[in-house]
Amino acid sequence: MSATALGAVGLSAPGSAVTANGAADPESALGAVGLSGTAIAPGAAAPGAGGLSAPGSAVTANGAAAPGAVLGAVRLSAREVTVTPNGAADPVVIDAAIDVRAGELHALVGPNGAGKSTLFGVLAGDITPDAGDVSLDGTPLRGIHPLLLARQRAVLLQQNAVSFPFTVEQVVRMGRAPWARTPAEDDDDAAVARALQVTDLVPLAGRGITSLSGGERARAALARVLAQACDVLLLDEPTAALDLKHQEDVLRIARARAREGAAVAVVLHDLNAALGVADRVTLLSRGRVVASGTPSDVLTASAIEAVYGQPVDVFPHPVSGTPVVMPRR
Amino acid sequence: MTAPVSTAGATKARADGAEAATAEAGSAGTATAGSAGSAGSAGTATTVARSAGTATAEVVTAVPRTHRRRRFGLVTAGLSAAIVIVVVVSLGLGQYWLAPAQVVGVLLQAVGIETAWAPDAPTAAGVILDIRLPRIVLGLLVGAALAVSGVLMQAIFGNPLADAAVVGVSSGAAFGAAASLTFGLAVFGMWTTPAFAFSGGLVAVFSVYLISRSGDRTEVVTLLLTGIAINAIAGAGLAFLTFLGTTSTREQIVFWQLGSLNGALWQNIALVAPIVAIGVAAAVFVAHRLDLFALGERTARHLGVRVELLRVTVIVMVALLVCGAVAFAGIIGFVGLVVPHLMRMAIGPAHLPLMISSALGGALLIAVADLIARTAVPLADLPIGMITSLVGGPFFLWLLLRTRRKAGGWG
Repeated sequence: MSATALGAVGLSAPGSAVTANGAADPESALGAVGLSGTAIAPGAAAPGAGGLSAPGSAVTANGAAAPGAVLGAVRLSAREVTVTPNGAADPVVIDAAIDVRAGELHALVGPNGAGKSTLFGVLAGDITPDAGDVSLDGTPLRGIHPLLLARQRAVLLQQNAVSFPFTVEQVVRMGRAPWARTPAEDDDDAAVARALQVTDLVPLAGRGITSLSGGERARAALARVLAQACDVLLLDEPTAALDLKHQEDVLRIARARAREGAAVAVVLHDLNAALGVADRVTLLSRGRVVASGTPSDVLTASAIEAVYGQPVDVFPHPVSGTPVVMPRR
Repeated sequence: MTAPVSTAGATKARADGAEAATAEAGSAGTATAGSAGSAGSAGTATTVARSAGTATAEVVTAVPRTHRRRRFGLVTAGLSAAIVIVVVVSLGLGQYWLAPAQVVGVLLQAVGIETAWAPDAPTAAGVILDIRLPRIVLGLLVGAALAVSGVLMQAIFGNPLADAAVVGVSSGAAFGAAASLTFGLAVFGMWTTPAFAFSGGLVAVFSVYLISRSGDRTEVVTLLLTGIAINAIAGAGLAFLTFLGTTSTREQIVFWQLGSLNGALWQNIALVAPIVAIGVAAAVFVAHRLDLFALGERTARHLGVRVELLRVTVIVMVALLVCGAVAFAGIIGFVGLVVPHLMRMAIGPAHLPLMISSALGGALLIAVADLIARTAVPLADLPIGMITSLVGGPFFLWLLLRTRRKAGGWG
């Protein structure tokens, strides 16, 4: 029940309910897999918003516990993927491999045109690679019915235009579509309400989506993705249209979802964000994976300079100690 | 043990200056999910949390939702009542004039209920049941078909300006129907003309779709320009068929291009009614998935929609509905544009209620337009397509101007 305590803190006050966690929550999914740790807990509570319900609903829907329960297990995996777009002479993704693991926030970084979005499309199942395999829990992506796939992984794209003036609440509710006519349908109202809350959209719930600013629309799209309650999350530059506070909110939500056991892959432009929140970073350059590993191992000054062609300094933040990237000017 | 922790958490949140109510509600929701994950470890906690979670949900969502439902109920009831009134009035008006009570008397008599209202003259029943009623019923079916086809096209094109006539589907269908007449074909018996209209409409709507789509969406300008091209091609075909045809087929082709419900027979309705019923039922069936289309095709796919299948299904349904409308009534423009737009303004864009209210709205619009067509000029039967275009043209312009003001126009 400590989840209550944690949730109460939510996004607004990370860190404040830390003590409640490890002690009072031995039976939660987190406790069971031994993911304790104070720094982790407050985040975990926050997206309880879209979050904690995910493993629960997945279990109901599939009849068996999703492998996502096992932290570190590879959920989404691309192996030696090569993509040559129609009409292009050269492949834009070459022999790329990536494993997105349960409980990890995996950042995809690289310069413009490095193939991030294409690799993202491959992971989302939108692009069928010309060579290589993509699989979810060991099953090839193409072999999974779209509806069953939609109950396991949610995708946030950069493009979030909505054609008609649906209200924000209606748009978020669309995220519940995969759960129609399943027992998890009972959770719809609660999941939508939580997603609206965690994305700071409650005051806008009744507004028409087409009348909102780009940043508000982006948050509505994120809320929709959270309401989908999947434990594999793919986010394509989720911070792009947002102000500083909401950027941090989104990163916190993504990280918290990972802490709850979700496998989260995020395309990021902001290297500092990648250094600050990612558990693992894959650096792409000209369609190839240059390096993959912990953020501080991958995002070194020399690697960044080599890939981006811009000299940088990487130094520890004076307060937090997290590495910070600063272009040399 | 659970309660104290929970309280502590909530208090903490308050102390931290978070919006207490929001934070608490959020916590309850979280607890629900958490308990589910831990396989019902704490029964009471689950119950408490679940009820609290539901309460939150109601606070956030219940108000606009019930509001919308009530609106939909009102609109549906209003449209239905208006249709009944217009139909009764329309049955009584014309060269042979009958009071609404007499009309009701005749209708009741027809279904075996004798009332004092029924007029004595036997011609009254004949005029109403054999001449006016089939015409009005065909009008209702055509109106519903056109409006629903408009909603369907707007949904798959992600574009509120898609309409059977604008995009050229109606001309395609009319071309198919005209071809079957000019060449005197009867390969499918009485189904020949509708079948050719269907083929023509299908070819047109597929062409428009394939040509005007780029990437995930359809640009308004591309869609409208494609419509112009398709209309031009179908128009050339119709002109050629008019040139080839005999005097009587020429007359029929001209009649198609103008649109008219004159001369509707019960046999026509026996054909059109099942087509429209199937089309509307299928449209209602896919309505929820069409909502997801508004997010773009990629996102719809991520939400479990089999996009390609749905797209093809909807295109076939559009062709079916348009052929049902065009086969006996010709090209009646703008119904699919005006009606869904007004309905969206009244009840919002969710496709299930939109589909139902648009079907009713389309039926009403045609019923009114046909009443005007029949009675506006004494002893003359105006083409109904002219009336709907007279309403639809200015409406289209108003839409353009409004969009230009609001969003700087279409790129």
